[in-house]
Amino acid sequence: MQAAQEAAEQPQQVRKVRPLTGNEAIARGAWEAGVRVAAAYPGTPSTEILESLGKYPADELHAQWSTNEKVALDVAIGASFAGSRALAAMKHVGLNVAADAFMSQAYIGANGGLVLAVCDDPGIHSSQNEQDTRIYGQFATVPVLEPSNAQEALDFTRLAFDISEQFDTMVIVRSTTRLSHTRSPVALGSRSEHPSRGFLESPAKNVMIPAHAKVRHVAVLERETKLKEYLETAAINRIEAGGKAGKPTGKPSFGVITAGTCYPYVREVLPNASVLKLGASWPLPEGLLRRFCESVDRVLVVEELEPFIEREALALGLAVEGKQHFPRVGEFSPEILRAGFEKAGVLEPRDKRAGWTPEPLARPPVLCAGCPHTSSFMAVRASGARVAGDIGCYTLACLDPLRGLDTTVSMGSSIGNAIGMAAAGDTKPVMATIGDSTFLHAGIPSLINAVYNQANITVLLLDNHITAMTGGQEHPGTGKTLRGDEAPKVDYEALVRAIGVKWVRTVDSYDLANMYQVLREAIAYKGVSVIISDRPCVLDPVKIKGPALRIANEQCNACQSCMNLGCPAMTWGEDTFEGRHKVKIDESLCIGCTLCAQVCTVDCIKPVANAATGPGGAPLVPVNQ
Amino acid sequence: MRDATDDAAVRAVDSATVRQPTNVLIVGVGGQGVIMISKALAWLAQSQGFEVKQSEVHGMAKRGGAVFSHVRFGPEVWSPTIPKGEVDILVALEWAEGLRWLPYLKPDTGIFICDTKRIVPPFACLNRHPGAPLRYSRETPAEVRAHVLEAYAIDATRMAEELGNDRAANVVLLGAVSTAMDFPVADWERAVTEFVPKKTIAVNLKAFGLGRGWIDDARRGTPAALEAEPVFATPRAPADTPYNVRLEITPGWCKSCDICVKLCPERCLQLNSERIVELAIPEACTGCRLCEWLCPDFAIRVHLDSVQDMVAAQAGARQ
Repeated sequence: MQAAQEAAEQPQQVRKVRPLTGNEAIARGAWEAGVRVAAAYPGTPSTEILESLGKYPADELHAQWSTNEKVALDVAIGASFAGSRALAAMKHVGLNVAADAFMSQAYIGANGGLVLAVCDDPGIHSSQNEQDTRIYGQFATVPVLEPSNAQEALDFTRLAFDISEQFDTMVIVRSTTRLSHTRSPVALGSRSEHPSRGFLESPAKNVMIPAHAKVRHVAVLERETKLKEYLETAAINRIEAGGKAGKPTGKPSFGVITAGTCYPYVREVLPNASVLKLGASWPLPEGLLRRFCESVDRVLVVEELEPFIEREALALGLAVEGKQHFPRVGEFSPEILRAGFEKAGVLEPRDKRAGWTPEPLARPPVLCAGCPHTSSFMAVRASGARVAGDIGCYTLACLDPLRGLDTTVSMGSSIGNAIGMAAAGDTKPVMATIGDSTFLHAGIPSLINAVYNQANITVLLLDNHITAMTGGQEHPGTGKTLRGDEAPKVDYEALVRAIGVKWVRTVDSYDLANMYQVLREAIAYKGVSVIISDRPCVLDPVKIKGPALRIANEQCNACQSCMNLGCPAMTWGEDTFEGRHKVKIDESLCIGCTLCAQVCTVDCIKPVANAATGPGGAPLVPVNQ
Repeated sequence: MRDATDDAAVRAVDSATVRQPTNVLIVGVGGQGVIMISKALAWLAQSQGFEVKQSEVHGMAKRGGAVFSHVRFGPEVWSPTIPKGEVDILVALEWAEGLRWLPYLKPDTGIFICDTKRIVPPFACLNRHPGAPLRYSRETPAEVRAHVLEAYAIDATRMAEELGNDRAANVVLLGAVSTAMDFPVADWERAVTEFVPKKTIAVNLKAFGLGRGWIDDARRGTPAALEAEPVFATPRAPADTPYNVRLEITPGWCKSCDICVKLCPERCLQLNSERIVELAIPEACTGCRLCEWLCPDFAIRVHLDSVQDMVAAQAGARQ
């Protein structure tokens, strides 16, 4: 605990205060704790943790994008074996990918401090589910720290490394989208160097064969007991006694148990209530819980997602209330808490001030203007195939008007799903669509499986040269590392051929006619065919902007073919033809990909003439050839 | 500085002195610069000694979706998000996004500052049938003013365009917001300088001044400012007579070439079991005539019957 104490003892006036997001604060905390190795696969809302760590000096720490979360955790575990402090960061569903290593490492423990920063996404801002990571902590008997603001994100991350080494365990620092992406003032400390402890040569601890694992399981349970003892008195778990307003006259007193991001909401709504604020949501300190519950007449547990603390408290025989007042679904907010406290009868209902509510406009996220996925999915849809999709920007192609994919499960599922669909005898030709980063993450084993089991499927590898969905991170196919250094580049065509795929073609995503044709040929091929559609993302690493296109309004017959692209630069103009809206292009958004010109049935879309580039300018691709 | 004694705008900041934070909600569409001006405001508030929390959405927002950023500052700030009905100042960079968040505004004292810029999403253009309207918010600034005590519809994007950089519209709005808080102008300008791209500092400072001046003029009721407020055009439905779409297919002339099926924008045609074209999803057909024009064998004719035609046809059938 020495480092954390040192930090706390530093006089406030010498600690610089900076506004940091929760993710930046976790990165700062890891750096201050002397982390030597950090690894992650990007995933909203966790991505910025490693991005931030990549900005600290390279001689102080090695930071890398790994191909997936399991690899990232294995890298961190390796560094811990070697005696250095290490961190792996991932989103909640990333821990599913890393779970195999995670569950076993729980038995092995930690030599160098080993911390997992896991960011949950209550409310599903950008995920496929809203699973609760605290359950993983309990499942593996690994402590879970839950910071409630950016300052705690820094402090708890530092503390997590100390706990890890003191108790010989991995530690999870759990954040949520709200904490990860909220900027608030943080007092900074300095880095405390932790030289490597050296490799701990102990096969009985480091090699999980049954004989060793049986012994380690006992050690894990002993560790749990010690952690519980420590957390009974640790400063991160604290009781805040209520003021007068916490006890309305003539009513039984009540208290609130909460942790993490819910704590500020509780304080917003009940500034004076008695609160047991848990800094660690696993394991729970039984004595502290009992003392708090005995100090008040009623106890309400306020926690997002699962009734995790509530169930534990009930199992201890404590009469707490929770999910009968507060939702188990979605992200919390002060309004939701207020409604819950009103329902529980501890807050007087406030007059609902009926405001004016105009009918909201639906504005779902869409593929960008010029997104190379757009043409891929135009071709996919025209092929009439059954399409197993995957995780990435292109998942948005499931929406109108593209409506180009039928399923999306998890990272890399598309190819396996497609094999199953084909094996089950789907009447349509079966196709899998998968992005470059997702393919490297979890698609390669399933493609090998497709070849091995001679599946009759077509795999469309959507290569946009970046991890786009999370904001443009490098990966093994981009030729750059996290820090921007040169790196070897995966050659997809050679990789796919080496696996044993006989039919491989690379096509230009912007050449729509060719895409249609190649897709037909690939579907006609019996066996595994792979098409690599090749165009960079229009946003990252560089914003692409060619000459904009314009629609000759008098020629437009409002056939709406171009509107099938779902391009955000295209919208309806004021004029109509036979009752249908003519289309116009927002030239500030148009990047000149020419897809609309390629599908235009009356050839009325042309690049805007511009004095510098001559008539029509120089489009990104030749139009109508 | 203007005289603040009877100004509703200053109440927001005055209330901060009684420990209630000032709540500013900044909204717009991905790529408009919502986050940039949020950061500038948060930075400024912190430099004035307030505790600040700024919370935003990431991820999907970049793909043209709705973006929102909560900025709260005061002596003590708890929740990172602003409770519904507690927003002191709602700043919107796009008209429909401003309307979306109006229920979050403090009913009595909240200030609404909104760009009249309309970004119509592809989703608003899904119903392509003849006569179908655009699905975009229909409320006008006048209607908003009828419900919100202090509302400003400002043509910030056009003002920025006139300065030669439409990307500066967000800073025009920041200038407008600045009139509702008591921070010194020089500090505001420092915040702008800190956060805009280096090359655009000059134009953004001009944009800031324009926004600030516009609101001051509007408050004073200067005729020039009120005239600058654009007349808001309600999206209009096609004026033409609505049509009833009818496809006349001559099966004997169809040679199963598939061209119409592949090129139909509504994907409503298919070849039947005899490989003859048929209208599989009649409700999707918009009568665009592409199949009629493309069919090499004239097997399809598209009839757009007006309502009058249909009435006449029915009358004829009865006789």
